[in-house]
Amino acid sequence: MKNVFVYCEVTEEKRIAEVSLELLSKGRKLAETLGVKLEAVVLTDQAGDTLDTIQEFGVDVIHLAESKELFPYRTLPHFRVVHTIFEKEQPEIALFGATSVGRDLAPRIASALRCGLTADCTSLEIGDHVDNKTGKEYKNMLYQIRPAFGGNIIATIVNPETRPQMATVREGVMKLEKADKKKIAEIKNYKVEEILKPEDMVISIIERHIEPQKVNLKGAGIIVSGGYGVGSKENFKLLYDLAAVLGGEVAATRAAVDAGYAEHERQVGQTGVTVRPKLYIACGISGAVQHRAGMDQSAKIISINTDPNAPINAIADYAVTGDLMEVLPKMIAYYKKYSK
Amino acid sequence: MEKIKILVLAKQVPDTRNVGKDAMKDDGTVNRGALPAIYNPDDLNALEMALEAKDRLGNAEVYVLTMGPTRAAEIIRESIYRGADKGYLLTDRKFAGSDTLATSYAISQAVRKIDPDLIFCGLQAIDGDTAQVGPQTAEKVDFPQVTYVEKLVEISPNQITLKRRLERGVETVVAPIPALITVHGSANPCRARNVKRVMQYKHARTLTELKEENRENSELFKDRPYLKIEEWSVDTIQADDTHLGLSGSPTKVKTIDNVVLAQKENVVLTSSDADVEELMVDLLKSRVIG
Repeated sequence: MKNVFVYCEVTEEKRIAEVSLELLSKGRKLAETLGVKLEAVVLTDQAGDTLDTIQEFGVDVIHLAESKELFPYRTLPHFRVVHTIFEKEQPEIALFGATSVGRDLAPRIASALRCGLTADCTSLEIGDHVDNKTGKEYKNMLYQIRPAFGGNIIATIVNPETRPQMATVREGVMKLEKADKKKIAEIKNYKVEEILKPEDMVISIIERHIEPQKVNLKGAGIIVSGGYGVGSKENFKLLYDLAAVLGGEVAATRAAVDAGYAEHERQVGQTGVTVRPKLYIACGISGAVQHRAGMDQSAKIISINTDPNAPINAIADYAVTGDLMEVLPKMIAYYKKYSK
Repeated sequence: MEKIKILVLAKQVPDTRNVGKDAMKDDGTVNRGALPAIYNPDDLNALEMALEAKDRLGNAEVYVLTMGPTRAAEIIRESIYRGADKGYLLTDRKFAGSDTLATSYAISQAVRKIDPDLIFCGLQAIDGDTAQVGPQTAEKVDFPQVTYVEKLVEISPNQITLKRRLERGVETVVAPIPALITVHGSANPCRARNVKRVMQYKHARTLTELKEENRENSELFKDRPYLKIEEWSVDTIQADDTHLGLSGSPTKVKTIDNVVLAQKENVVLTSSDADVEELMVDLLKSRVIG
């Protein structure tokens, strides 16, 4: 059995993306269970501090490719290098963040390697599998668990016959955990100019506007979140007021973001961020399954909705039936009164 | 000069975004069979972008390819009503049980037969939610790919300029033609049906549909050949059986669990002063806040 590989995405700020560090954390555990090594793949122009960061996660080998052609991300150069590395190294498992990079790159790699890829996994485990038709037994398979059908079912997927077993995972799903002891990794460098072909350079980036990350939803202990029911960007100010008073952060559903009430980086849900705060206050959120997937592990949930039968009420600890425009100011007033 | 061939890959999907009371079983799980079949939302955005490309190029045609059972012919008709020129239904029992690798293989074989210059498809479908078929098809036909595309900025016979919507911003890229483009749900919504085209094409059928309507001997296709929706099978696209269906799918579903919406024990409150006060006092007392 070969090793667990994690593709490490490099951010605009030239750091390793959080989702990649979360996958290194999980990858280390999978590698330990299987008794194999954890290997990282980094493609960038200049590695800088990123190697130090990666080594805090118990990585045994870092495959490093440095070239100006590799930053910012473009499909074909990254595909060519990663494909070359995977063909040579024959990973047992390969993990990618389910980001616009990972969801662009991983499928193309899987197609070229003719292997199985499961997208947006919410859980990864090691277990055994028996093929119903042939009766053949497979040991130590990667169980790739994910919601499907709009989130109405949870499927466990396995790749018995093909390697690597590939999966993409969204940010916030796996816990970020550094290794107990920092390990010095073996670094394998690649001569990128010998790997890339002219046809890999056919797409050029002519403009790029990436906003600095302003919001840290995953780290927020209290989240005040608004849905389509908030009604407008102006009304969202009330959520900011409550969040400020409670010392929390503001989030939104996909519907609210699509309607322009809040920025994309505040989106919680299956296609946004997964959060686990100690308190999640859902304002005017109906609670579609895709949204619940991103917040249903919150320790305490309050729902404020004019609809007493909103699906989110089923998972709320407190279901307040009323207009958030009335309820939120009262919450602020009572908090100020009693918290002194 | 030959017309530029633009192909749209579209899928008919169950409407998983609007699971109403009627689709919920008593045990709290979804009755998948009860969900209506719709045009995958991202694919409608892709169709619109293809039509915009056709408008701008002037000398182009838009074809639609859909893979599915007989009733997926509805996708072809709907695409034609919106402005597509022609469509193909890729249909065969041997496709059943295909994962994204097997699906992209079948589609790539059909693409080879159609030989398009440009391919548009939605970023992802609302049943599988994988976003994999687009890039996997691109790899198989050796087209460069641009994903998460929100806007068609410019197009000429040799290259296309596209704006991508990323998590924290936007990026504008220039790609050569041919290329495969996956379209984000934030792109322009699809234009409405054209009434004249509806009148002209509402009788368009596949041969199988005519058989199901007991009209296989009708003169429909003889009189109006443009009403025939072509059906392509495994043989038509010269696909290798071993790459299709369950045997061609490296991913296997081990188990499926239904998500049960179970009611949690909760405290129900009104928006009255007394209730909100009780809520805040509770939260402060239990140290959730403050």
